[in-house]
Formats: sequence, structure tokens, C-alpha cells
Amino acid sequence: MFHWLEQRPFFFAVVLFLTVAFAGFIEAIPDFAKASQPIAGLKPHTVLQLAGRQVYIKDNCLSCHSQLIRPFKSETDRYGMYSLSGEYAYDRPFLWGSKRTGPDLHRVGNYRTTEWHENHMMNPQSVVPGSLMPSYKHQFTNMADLATAYANANTQKQLFHVPYDQKGMPKLGSWKEAEAAAKAEAKLVAADMKNQAVKDAVAKGQVPEIVALIAYLNSLK
Amino acid sequence: MQSNAQIEYDYSVVRLFTFATILFGIIGMSVGVIIALQLAFPELSNLLGEYGTFGRLRPLHTNGVAFGFTVGGIIGTWYYVGQRTLKMSLSESPFLMKVAKWNFWLYFITILLAVVTLGMGYSTSKEYAQLEWPLDVLVVIWWVLWGVAMFGMIGMRRERAIYVSTWYYMSSWLAVAMLYIFNNMEVPTFLFSGDAPSSIMHSVSMYAGTNDALVQWWYGHNAVAFVFTTPIIGMIYYFLPKESGQNVFSYKLSVLAFWGLMFVYLWAGGHHLLYSTVPDWMQTMGSAMSIVLILPSWGSAINMLLTMKGEWQQLQTSPLIKFMILASTFYMLSTIEGPIQAIKSVNAIAHFTDWIPGHVHDGTLGWVGFMIMASLYHMAPRIYKRELYSKSLMDTQFWIQTTGIVLYFTSMWIAGITQGMMWRAYDEYGSLLYSFIDTVEVLHPYYTLRAVGGTFYLIGFLMFAYNMFKTATAGRVLDKEPANASPMAS
Ligand code: HEC
Ligand code: HEM
Repeated sequence: MFHWLEQRPFFFAVVLFLTVAFAGFIEAIPDFAKASQPIAGLKPHTVLQLAGRQVYIKDNCLSCHSQLIRPFKSETDRYGMYSLSGEYAYDRPFLWGSKRTGPDLHRVGNYRTTEWHENHMMNPQSVVPGSLMPSYKHQFTNMADLATAYANANTQKQLFHVPYDQKGMPKLGSWKEAEAAAKAEAKLVAADMKNQAVKDAVAKGQVPEIVALIAYLNSLK
Repeated sequence: MQSNAQIEYDYSVVRLFTFATILFGIIGMSVGVIIALQLAFPELSNLLGEYGTFGRLRPLHTNGVAFGFTVGGIIGTWYYVGQRTLKMSLSESPFLMKVAKWNFWLYFITILLAVVTLGMGYSTSKEYAQLEWPLDVLVVIWWVLWGVAMFGMIGMRRERAIYVSTWYYMSSWLAVAMLYIFNNMEVPTFLFSGDAPSSIMHSVSMYAGTNDALVQWWYGHNAVAFVFTTPIIGMIYYFLPKESGQNVFSYKLSVLAFWGLMFVYLWAGGHHLLYSTVPDWMQTMGSAMSIVLILPSWGSAINMLLTMKGEWQQLQTSPLIKFMILASTFYMLSTIEGPIQAIKSVNAIAHFTDWIPGHVHDGTLGWVGFMIMASLYHMAPRIYKRELYSKSLMDTQFWIQTTGIVLYFTSMWIAGITQGMMWRAYDEYGSLLYSFIDTVEVLHPYYTLRAVGGTFYLIGFLMFAYNMFKTATAGRVLDKEPANASPMAS
């Protein structure tokens, strides 16, 4: 049979494709629907938090940080309750990461504050001597991309039926409404910060990346 | 066989890919050395503002070496091996020639654009699939072009049966096409931006959370399989017998190992997600199938080693054979190491640690890097019609790089296991013994050692580039193509 196939490249390719592909379908299909169910009370990210999540992706924090707490005592003692599938139901893309050069961040919102992040992101070594995390000064001057965060949320709402604008869920509305809401939320975060340039920018209606990022980190619980 | 003499193989595309492979190898590996240094000396992360941080540079490294260097080497050697084993020349078909040229230029442009966009922070965040949607579209186009060229060339063949190498190249083309498309299913968000001035580059994944992870690692694991493994096996099946003048040890073993590998590989993806929130049966399956994977992997490696039966003295006389045999040995090392890491109890310690990059690099540096360099060396006297420039340089390169690899993976083994053990250590009162920063600081010497090892490897690669450059421009001109062992000046 193999000799026969080797002289008929077309059939060879078909058999080859089926051999390779079928594992994927068997693995993916049965649990796909189940794994996408949100746990009770889960809310999608606000536009400001999503903008922060985009900063997290842009600066690729996941190259050093995981967001997946495994069910071992040593992990739950360090990071809190182990992660559940339903907690990730609105995460597009998922941000589990694959390496912990730094600690897991899935529940960092439970034990770090805005003020702590502000100092740490500006200069990690000043807060945790011996840290090898880069300093992220540029996030204090770059502006967050709220418009793309809005488009991101709206795509999820329209296409994937993520429950924005429903009862008890974050409001999205039009771009103008969403922008105003995000800026108002940014003011609350900036109130706990002390960097004057950031405070000034927020007062003027701008949103530096660091504000959005901290809003996102605070939402990780 | 006699028709062989009349075919004038056309190597113009092969030469282009050879150039690009070396160029992207230098760029990708230099960035590798930089990020290795950054973990040892973190101040280095802040030299270029946001553009120089570890997080931004890491995808430049992985994409540069995987899609620039490795894929360049794969497609380049395909146009060489394909013509020769199918007994056809690209110059016989102006159409295929054009397709092959477009294949090259689009690939080249994509990698350059990847460097720019990843550097600017446009990323989907998924490992080995970071490129944003416009680049994904480009990738799909040149991948399809490669497929057209491949099947077109097969259609024009004079040799009835297709050779083992072609099976492997073909599997790589098919599988990557499928995996890449499914994993990169994403929607550009500007389509739903209303009147918000949003970025055109941004897209959102069609899958969420656990599903997204599942698809990603189904892809990620198999990107390793069909970029770093199968096409490289295709290379060794051609270049080792050719360079040594030996026949492949066993046809039966080739067939078994090939179909075995094809059948098992995709099942093993679950081993990236052990103890995560994907269903248990998938984790168990991933773990078990990873062990089974040893068989077909070692099957082809042993087949290659036994091909040298009775001719082992060539290891002393030819640095090229040395590269290939050591490559095969490293392949055996990493395909036993991977399954060990996939055992659930081992994975509990190994996952998230530096042992994983350690494992990645004994495979990529020892197996992928060595095989690609050896293949380019073998092709050089044929595509440039010149003698290889320096054998002694090649020998020196071999030892420097081998030392580099050993430093790399031994330091990461120790680092990974140290880290994994410290994270889970408890004191006598039942509290965690180490704070996280303790487990960071203890790694400094190993990170330093890894950077040294990586620097050795990079120096060796520069020697390779120099040797190739001198071969192409200053090697002694050959009046006829060598049959087997590549001619080299001492
Ligand atoms: C080069 C690897 C690296 C990168 C990239 C990195 N970090 Fe870190 N991070 C660390 C290390 C190491 C620590 C532990 C020491 C410390 O607290 O500084 C850490 C700690 C943290 C902590 C404190 C967590 C805790 O439990 O104490 C937060 C929050 C954090 N990082 C956020 C980020 C964010 C946000 C980014 C992306 C903008 C980022 N990190 C990028 C390495 C990194
Ligand atoms: C000069 C030699 C090289 C050096 C110094 C180097 C260094 C590194 C470093 C420091 C990382 C990041 C590890 C971490 O995040 O902790 C990395 C990741 C990686 N490198 Fe290299 N690298 C080299 C060559 C290569 C080559 C030739 C390849 C492939 C052909 C390769 C493939 C990869 C891959 C796939 C990863 C991601 C690993 C993972 O996610 O676990 N590297 N490399």
C-alpha cells in the first residue's frame, strides 16, 4: 500500500492530511461548547480595562508572567484560589502565558494596589530589589488607545454576544458614551496615583497607558 | 538515472533563500543573545525605551529564528532537494519559476515587516502566531505559493515514486497550512469600530479563554512538529546519505517512522496544558501520546545513525558528517526529554520554568540549527560551483557551537529544576519557604552561563556565515559537480 501511495502524490497528500488532521477534530469538538461557559457573576472588561489589557499585550508582559493558577497547595498559597475555566470565558485572546520569570498575575488585583503598581512599573528594582523586570517609564507618557479598545469590545458584543449593555453588565453604548465613561473611570484610578504629569493628563481628558494598565491589573481577581 | 546528467537544475531561488536564511539567522540569534543577557543583567532592558524591553524583543527572536531562519532553510532546501529527487528543473517551467520567486520575495518582505510591526508592539500575543492579521494574510499567500510550486514540481517529475524527503516536506506544508489558518482565526476590530478612530492593525480572536488556549497549543505544539521537526527530518534523509555516499539504512523503518509520527504528533499538544482548565481526558491523552511519540522519533533518528554503518571514520574526516550526526543525536536527546517533561508529575515541577526554554534549545540549536547549516554547506559547492572555503574554520565552528549548546541546556536544566523546587518548598511550620524574588535572584549565575553559551553559538554562526560568503565569492571554482562528499579547502 505504501509503495502504491508513494507513486501517487495526490492520494498520498490526502491520506497524509487525514492522518494528521483527525486528532485535532476529535480533541477540539466535544468540549468546545462547554469550555466557553462563563462562571456565575463574570463580567466582561470595561473599555478602560480592555485598553489596559491591550497594553499588557503590546508590551508582552506574558513573556514573563502567567495568568493560570494550577491546583496545587504551593500555588494557591502563593497566588490564591486556583483558576477555573469559566473565569476566562470573555478572554480574547487568552493570556495564560507559558513561563514564570515573574510571578503569576491571575489574582494580582487581590493583593497589590494602584499605588504599588505605580511605583513598581516606573522602577521595579526600587520596590523589589533584585527584580529583573524592565522599567516601563514609557507607559507614563504614551496614551492608551481607547478607540481600539472600544472597537475590540464592540466586536465582541456584536459578533460573539459578549453581554455588554445588559442588566448588571458594563455599559458600552456609542463611541462617544464609551469614551466619556472610560475617561471618568480613569479619573478614579488617577486619584490614587501621585505622578503629577499623569494626573494632569487625566484631568485634561487624556488617558496615559499606565492608568489603563493599572485598571486592568486591579480587575484581575 | 541517465537522464540525470541532462537536467540543468536551476538554483537561483535556492541562492536567494540561502542568503535570507543566513541573514535572518544572524538577526534572530543576535536578538536571542540580547534577551538572554537581559535576564542576566536587567539594566540592558532599558537602553532603547519601550523598543528594547525583553517583552518586545522576545517575539522578534522567536519569529526571526522560526519563520525567518528555519522556514527560510526549509523552503530553500526544498527547491534544491525537490528538483533533484523529482528529477525536474525549475527552468523547465517559467510559471513555477515565477511562483518560486514570488514565494521568496513575499516571504522576505513578510519577515522584514514582522520585525517592524512586532517591534512596534502589534501583536496578537499568541506564541509563534503573534503576527497581526495583515501579516497573516501575507503568510497565507506565500505559503500557498510554496504549495503551488511544490505540487507543480511533483506533477512534472520524472521519477515515479516520491522520495522520503518529499513526504516530510509535504507533511510540513499541509499541516502548517491547516494549523496556521485555524489558530489565526481572528476578526479585525476596525470593522466594528462605529465612529471610533481605532487601529486597523488590531484583531480579536474568534475563540475565547480555554478554547483559545486549546487551539493555540494544538497549533503551538505542532508548529514545533511541522517546522522544527518534520522538514528537518526531510533534510537529513537527503543530505546525510548524499554527503556520506551511503544508502538509507532501512526503507521499512522510514515508512514506519513517517506514518507513526504523522499519526501521533497532533495528539500530544495537550501536554502544554497539564493542570490547566482544559478537560482532564485531553491532558491525559496529551501526556500518554507524548510517551508514544518517542518511538517514531527515535525510529528515524536511528535510521539515520545506522545509515553510517561501516563508515564511521567519516566522522573524523568530514565536519559536515559531524554536524549531521550530532544533529541527529540532539534530536534523540530532545525527543526523550520532551516526553519526560510531559509526564504529569514531572510537568508539575517543570512547567513555567526555564527548563522549557532549555528543552526548546537543545532541539533548535542542536538539531534544527546544525541540520540547516550542514545542508547549506552541502549545497554550497553545488549552487555556487565552488569549493567550500575552509574546513578548519568549519571544525572550529563545530566545537564552539557544541560547547555553546551544552552550556545552554545544562544551565537551563539546573535553573529550571531549582526554580520549580523552590516555588513549592515549605518550611517546618507549613508556610512557603521562599518569596518569589528569592527564586529570581538564585538564577542569576545560570542566566549568565546561558548568555555565554548563546554567545558561543552566535559566534559559530557568524563563522558559518563568513565561510559561506567566502565560498560563494572566493572558493576555488569547480569544473564539475561533486558526487558525494563536498569538496573543501583545508
Ligand atoms: C523580563 C521579565 C518580565 C517582564 C517582561 C515583565 N515582568 Fe513583571 N515581574 C517580573 C519579575 C521577575 C517580577 C518579580 C519581582 C518584582 O516584583 O519586581 C515581576 C513582578 C511583577 C508584578 C508583581 C506581582 C506580585 O505578585 O508581586 C506585577 C504586577 C508585574 N510584574 C506586572 C508586569 C506587567 C504589567 C508587565 C508588562 C508591562 C510585566 N510585569 C513585564 C518580570 C517581568
Ligand atoms: C544564539 C543562540 C540563541 C540564544 C542565545 C537564544 C536565547 C533565547 C532566549 C533567552 C529565549 C527566551 C527564554 C525565556 O523566555 O526565558 C529564547 C526563546 C526561544 N528560542 Fe532561542 N536562542 C537562540 C537560538 C535559537 C534558535 C536557533 C531557535 C530556533 C531555530 C530558537 C528558538 C526559540 C524558541 C522557539 C523560543 C521560545 C521558547 C519557549 O517559549 O519556551 N532560539 N531563546
